[in-house]
Amino acid sequence: MQYMLLVYTNEKAFQTMAPAQREQAMGAYIAYTESLRKAGVLKSSDRLRPSADGTTVRVENGKSQVLDGPYADTKEQLGGFYIVEVPDLDAALSWAARCPGASHGSVEVRPIWMMGS
Amino acid sequence: MNDNDHARSTADAVARRSYGKLVAFIAARSRDVAAAEDALADAFAAALADWPVHGVPRNPEAWLLTTARRKLIDFQRRRQTAKAAEPELERAAELLAPAPDEEGDDMKIPDQRLGLMFACTHPAIEATVRAPLILQTVLGFDAAMIASAFLASPAAMGQRLVRAKTKIKQAGIPLRVPEREELAERLDAVLAAIYAAFAEGWQDPAGTEPARRELAEEALYLARLVTELLPNEPEAFGLLALLLYADARRHARRTQEGDYVPLAEQDTELWDDALIEEAEALLVRASEFRARGRYQLEAALQSAHVNGRRVGSVDWPGLLVLYDALLELSGSPVVAINRALALAHVHGVAAALAFLDALAADTRLADYQPYWAARAELLAQTDARADARAAYERAIGLERDAAVRRFLQRRLAAL
Repeated sequence: MQYMLLVYTNEKAFQTMAPAQREQAMGAYIAYTESLRKAGVLKSSDRLRPSADGTTVRVENGKSQVLDGPYADTKEQLGGFYIVEVPDLDAALSWAARCPGASHGSVEVRPIWMMGS
Repeated sequence: MNDNDHARSTADAVARRSYGKLVAFIAARSRDVAAAEDALADAFAAALADWPVHGVPRNPEAWLLTTARRKLIDFQRRRQTAKAAEPELERAAELLAPAPDEEGDDMKIPDQRLGLMFACTHPAIEATVRAPLILQTVLGFDAAMIASAFLASPAAMGQRLVRAKTKIKQAGIPLRVPEREELAERLDAVLAAIYAAFAEGWQDPAGTEPARRELAEEALYLARLVTELLPNEPEAFGLLALLLYADARRHARRTQEGDYVPLAEQDTELWDDALIEEAEALLVRASEFRARGRYQLEAALQSAHVNGRRVGSVDWPGLLVLYDALLELSGSPVVAINRALALAHVHGVAAALAFLDALAADTRLADYQPYWAARAELLAQTDARADARAAYERAIGLERDAAVRRFLQRRLAAL
């Protein structure tokens, strides 16, 4: 089964970290990604640029509305994702718990909608 | 007995004995509990049509299993286009192929109910639907009956059960006993669900609602089953002991007229000694594992109360120690309130009231009947008559059970 792990963390807290701390945090993510890869479960992963770099599009009554910033103002923001292939939810949850994002934010685990089911 | 009756009574017997095992076995790999239930329902219907004509098969369970699996495959085939169906049909065929220990009439269905129960109580399943889900999938209770037991509308309960089973399938919740490291924590959820089912059944102390009595009995059955399937888990023994202590007092909880009798005033002659002995033995077995837990503590409290009545004096300091330990493990308000009552016996009413007041300041107890009842009982032992009266009135206003209400009203009148 394929799952997307959506990593939500507090961007501001990350941005205001001392450089040494930030490097350590990044190192943790790199190590985590590598362990997913070594386990053969990683399908893809990406880090997202901060929500301030994002733009939201909504079309209402045929008119395009383009707004600066993320879809919603939240305490934690989507910072990145992993797509993994594992046998069941417990395996996905086990990987999600090891993600650094789970320790200072949260990781949402969503099954991918497989076509034909 | 004619052929129809024989068929029906055999089918009923198999249903009672094996329904949960069949659902668990069929759903184990597909994680599709709803499909397993539907296929099994069709298989039972087919049995009632076929067995009167061709005779009851030598291995009715095996017959039902084979029939249910065939129905599953038919369902898949009809549901999908040929191309999209390939992986599904492959999986279904894999399900249909006999497993090594399945040889014709001697086939025994492996008991995978525990895996099913762990799936029903997985953290990803919404907490209040876990007990109903176990009752439906493992015991075959129908949604309407479960709904009335849990004070929900049948439509609402039905919907929640469907959502939960869909979650198991779509999120990929495994029907499996967790690994050692997680077992204790996950087991707590299974035990909590069984306890919730028993508590709902326990709402009918007069035994006038057969559905509720059945609920309590089935919860006891599940508690026993867990101890058999997990013989090295002391908390499972603890839960069973706890339920047995409660069940042992079944006939003493109400007078002939239907009045409420608190434990301190119950006629111990009406207690079921065999159940109490069994509970005591279970507690001893559990203690050998030296792994304290909340159900063992609750059972130990029951044991202390029961023995206190039998011996003629309750070991209140000992009880207080147990309550303190339990409170540390489970921050439950009921435990805290009962602790307050024990505290009164050891350190006096003033101390107990102070503790209750502090508790009320921290948690939302304004609508909690046990809090007001305890407060009233304590205040009744002081000069604060007006406060005691007010507390009794609050408690009466919040009490669901008419017999308990009458009891509190009598206490109020006696002030």
